[in-house]
Amino acid sequence: MSNGQNGREMTGAEMVVQALRDNGVKHVFGYPGGAVLPIYDEIFQQDEVEHILVRHEQGAGHAAEGYARSTGRAGVMLVTSGPGATNAVTPLQDALMDSIPLVCLTGQVPTSLIGSDAFQECDTVGITRPCTKHNWLVKDVNELAATIHEAFHVATTGRPGPVVVDIPKDVQFAKGFYVPPQIAPRTSYQPKVQGDLEKVKAAVELMTTAKKPIIYSGGGVINSGPEASHLLRELVDLTGFPITSTLMGLGAYPASGKNWLGMLGMHGTYEANMAMHDCDVMICIGARFDDRITGRLNAFSPNSKKIHIDIDPSSINKNVHTEVPIIGDVGRVLEDLVRLWRATAKTDKKALYPWWEQIAKWRARDSLAFKMNNDVIMPQYAIQRLYELTKDKDTYITTEVGQHQMWAAQHYHFEKPNRWMTSGGLGTMGYGLPAALGVQIAHPDALVIDIAGDASVQMTMQEMSAAVQYDAPIKIFILNNQYMGMVRQWQQLLHGNRLSHSYTEAMPDFVKLAEAYGGHGIRCEKPDELDDAIKEMISVRKPVLFDCRVATLANCFPMIPSGKAHNEMLLPDEATDEAVANAIDAKGRELV
Amino acid sequence: MAQHLQPTGSAYFIAKETEKPETHTLSVLVDNEPGVLARVIGLFSGRGYNIESLTVSETEHEKHLSRITIVTRGTPHVMEQIKNQLERIVPVHRVVDLSVRSHELGQERPLERELALVKVAGTGEARVEALRLADAFRASVIDANTEHFIFEITGKGSKLDQFIAIMKPLGLVEICRTGVAAMNRGPQGM
Repeated sequence: MSNGQNGREMTGAEMVVQALRDNGVKHVFGYPGGAVLPIYDEIFQQDEVEHILVRHEQGAGHAAEGYARSTGRAGVMLVTSGPGATNAVTPLQDALMDSIPLVCLTGQVPTSLIGSDAFQECDTVGITRPCTKHNWLVKDVNELAATIHEAFHVATTGRPGPVVVDIPKDVQFAKGFYVPPQIAPRTSYQPKVQGDLEKVKAAVELMTTAKKPIIYSGGGVINSGPEASHLLRELVDLTGFPITSTLMGLGAYPASGKNWLGMLGMHGTYEANMAMHDCDVMICIGARFDDRITGRLNAFSPNSKKIHIDIDPSSINKNVHTEVPIIGDVGRVLEDLVRLWRATAKTDKKALYPWWEQIAKWRARDSLAFKMNNDVIMPQYAIQRLYELTKDKDTYITTEVGQHQMWAAQHYHFEKPNRWMTSGGLGTMGYGLPAALGVQIAHPDALVIDIAGDASVQMTMQEMSAAVQYDAPIKIFILNNQYMGMVRQWQQLLHGNRLSHSYTEAMPDFVKLAEAYGGHGIRCEKPDELDDAIKEMISVRKPVLFDCRVATLANCFPMIPSGKAHNEMLLPDEATDEAVANAIDAKGRELV
Repeated sequence: MAQHLQPTGSAYFIAKETEKPETHTLSVLVDNEPGVLARVIGLFSGRGYNIESLTVSETEHEKHLSRITIVTRGTPHVMEQIKNQLERIVPVHRVVDLSVRSHELGQERPLERELALVKVAGTGEARVEALRLADAFRASVIDANTEHFIFEITGKGSKLDQFIAIMKPLGLVEICRTGVAAMNRGPQGM
C-alpha cells in the first residue's frame, strides 16, 4: 500500500489534513480531545479545511450527515478517543441505515497503550464495526494516507455509508511518507454499478404489459445523484405511470408533478397505498421494502409482479420476492431503462385510463384532510403555511423524528432532490437541529429550516450554540404540543390511552432559551398570527427558535396500523377514539 | 427456535415461514487482515443467523488470503440473505455456497472433513477396547503412556460423533475438534 520512494515525508497529523484536502474536503465537524490534539494543531495552522466546532460529538455526526445529504459529497467528522468515539455511534448507525456517506476520524490512545484500559480508551473499531460500512485502525503511519483515501472511496461508492478511521496518537506524531489518492481499489470491494441489460429488457417488457403499474422510488435515486432524479422524471413522463416515494426519496420526483401520488407507507396517502396494494406491476427504484413501507408482508401488493432496482444485492428478495431484480446504480440502470423504453416500447396511455380513474377515486378520499380550528394552530396547518411562505425561496428542510416529521413529509412539498434531510431508518430524535447546521454550513445563503418537535429538539439543543458561533441562521420551527406526540399516539393505539411518560411537564421557555444562546426567539399561539410570525422568522439573520404552540392532542393520520395491510388504513375521518383503541390486534402489538 | 422468532430480516415476520431450514456449507474467501473474522461472526450474531461450525486459516500467504468455512442452517431465503450479506463485507472476496454448488454439479453434498483430538484415560480391559476401536475407526495414537491415549481422527462429522460416543464409557477425558473443512469435488476451484 505504501510507497516510500514516491511520497512526501510528513507527520501523521499532517497527512490527515493533506488527505482531507486531496479528497476535496472543505468542512469538518468535530470536537477536540487528548487523542486528536496533533490533528487539531495541524488544522490550526492552515485555512483550506474549515473546522466547525460542535457542542457534542453526536451533533458533529448529524451535521456531517446534513452536509452530505444536501451536497451529495461525503460529510466528515473528527472526534477524540473514548467518549468522543462512543458519542459518534448514533450518527454512524443513522448514516448506515439511510446510506449516507460519512467519514469519521477518531483519535485513539497511543498504540503502546491499546488494550491497557488507558484514560479515554475504548475499542473504537470493535464498537463501530456493526454500525459502519467498514472501519480501520491505523497502526503504521505509512499506511495512514492510503487508508484515509480508501475510507473516502468506500464511503462514497456503491451503496454509500459511514466509515471510521481510528488513528492512535503516536501515529499522528510519527513521520512517514504521504501518498496522494490513486485509483487502486482493493480487489475485494467492487460494487456493481452497471445493471444487467437482459434484466432491463425484461423489465421493459413487463412494464409494457402493465395495466395497473406503479413506480415506487426511494433514497437510492437521491444518492445516485441529480442525473438519476432527472431520468426518473423522464421515465414517468414517457410511461405515464403513477409514482409514489418513500420518506427518503421525497424530491426525486416533484410533488407538483401530475403523476405524483404522495408518499407511501405507514403515514402515506390513501391513493399511494391503495395503488401499491392493487397494482399489477411495481417498479421499485432505489428503495428497500422497509417495514414502514410494506405493512403486513403476506398482504403486501398480492397481485403484482415486481421489478427491483438496487445497488445492494442484499436488498433484493430480503423482505419481498422480486420477479425482475436489477443490481446496479439507479442512475445507470435508469439510463438503460429510458433508452430501451424509447427504442422498443410504445406507450399506450389510453390503456392506463381506467387505472388513473381508480386512482382519482382514491385521491378524492382526501386522506390528508384535517379539521381547521380558528383558535388553536393545527400542526398540519402550520406546515402548510410554512410551505406556502418558503416554497419560492432556496429552502432546505430537516426534521427530528415523530409526528411533526410525518406531517412535514405529508404537507411540505418537495420539488428537488437533496432538499429534505430526515432520519428515516434509525429514527433518531435530535437529528434535525445539527443536520440543519450542517446544511447551512454547506449552503450559507439558503433558508434552512428544521421542522422540529418539542421533545426531539431538546436532545441536541446545545448545537444552537454552534449555530450562533458560525453565524448559521438556521430556523428551528418547533411544533410544540408538549407531548412526545408519536409515543402518545401509540399509547392511545396500543396501551389503553395510558400516557406513560409521554407528557413533558416542565418545558423550557423556548423564546428565552433562544435569547440565552444569542439567537432569536419567536412564540406563536394563534392561527391568524402565524403568517406574520413565519415571515419574521425568515427575515431574521440569526438562528431562530420558533415556538409554534399547536393543538396538543392532534394525531397523525392516515396510518397503516402495525401488522395491517395497505388496504386497511386508518383514515383521519374514521379515526374515532374507539377505532383507534381497536386498530391493532394482539399480534400487531408486538411489532414496532 | 420458535417459528415466529426466526429471523427474516424484517420486524414484520409474522407471515408464516413455509420453507424448511436446510444445512449449508459456505466457503468465504477474505483478506487476512485484523478484524475480518469479527466482521463475519458479528454479521451472524447481529442478524440472528446460526453457526454450526466455523473454520478459518490463511490459505494463500503471499496474497494475504484466508478461507473461512461456515456450516449454517436456515431456509433457502435466509441462506440467500446470508450469502448477500457476507458479500457486502469490504474485505470479502467471494462467497460460495458449497451445498448449492454440489447440487449444480450433480453431487449430493460437498466433501467435508473434520479432525478431532480425543483423550481417553484408563487401564485394563477398557484401555484395550479403546485401542481396538480406535484401530477400527482408523484413528491414530499421537500420544500415550500407561494410563492414557490421545487419538487423532479425521473424517466426516458424523464419524467423529460416533467415535466420541463410543469412547465415552471407555474413559473419555477431553475432545478438541477443528470444525469442518470443505470443498467441492471435481477439477474446478471455488
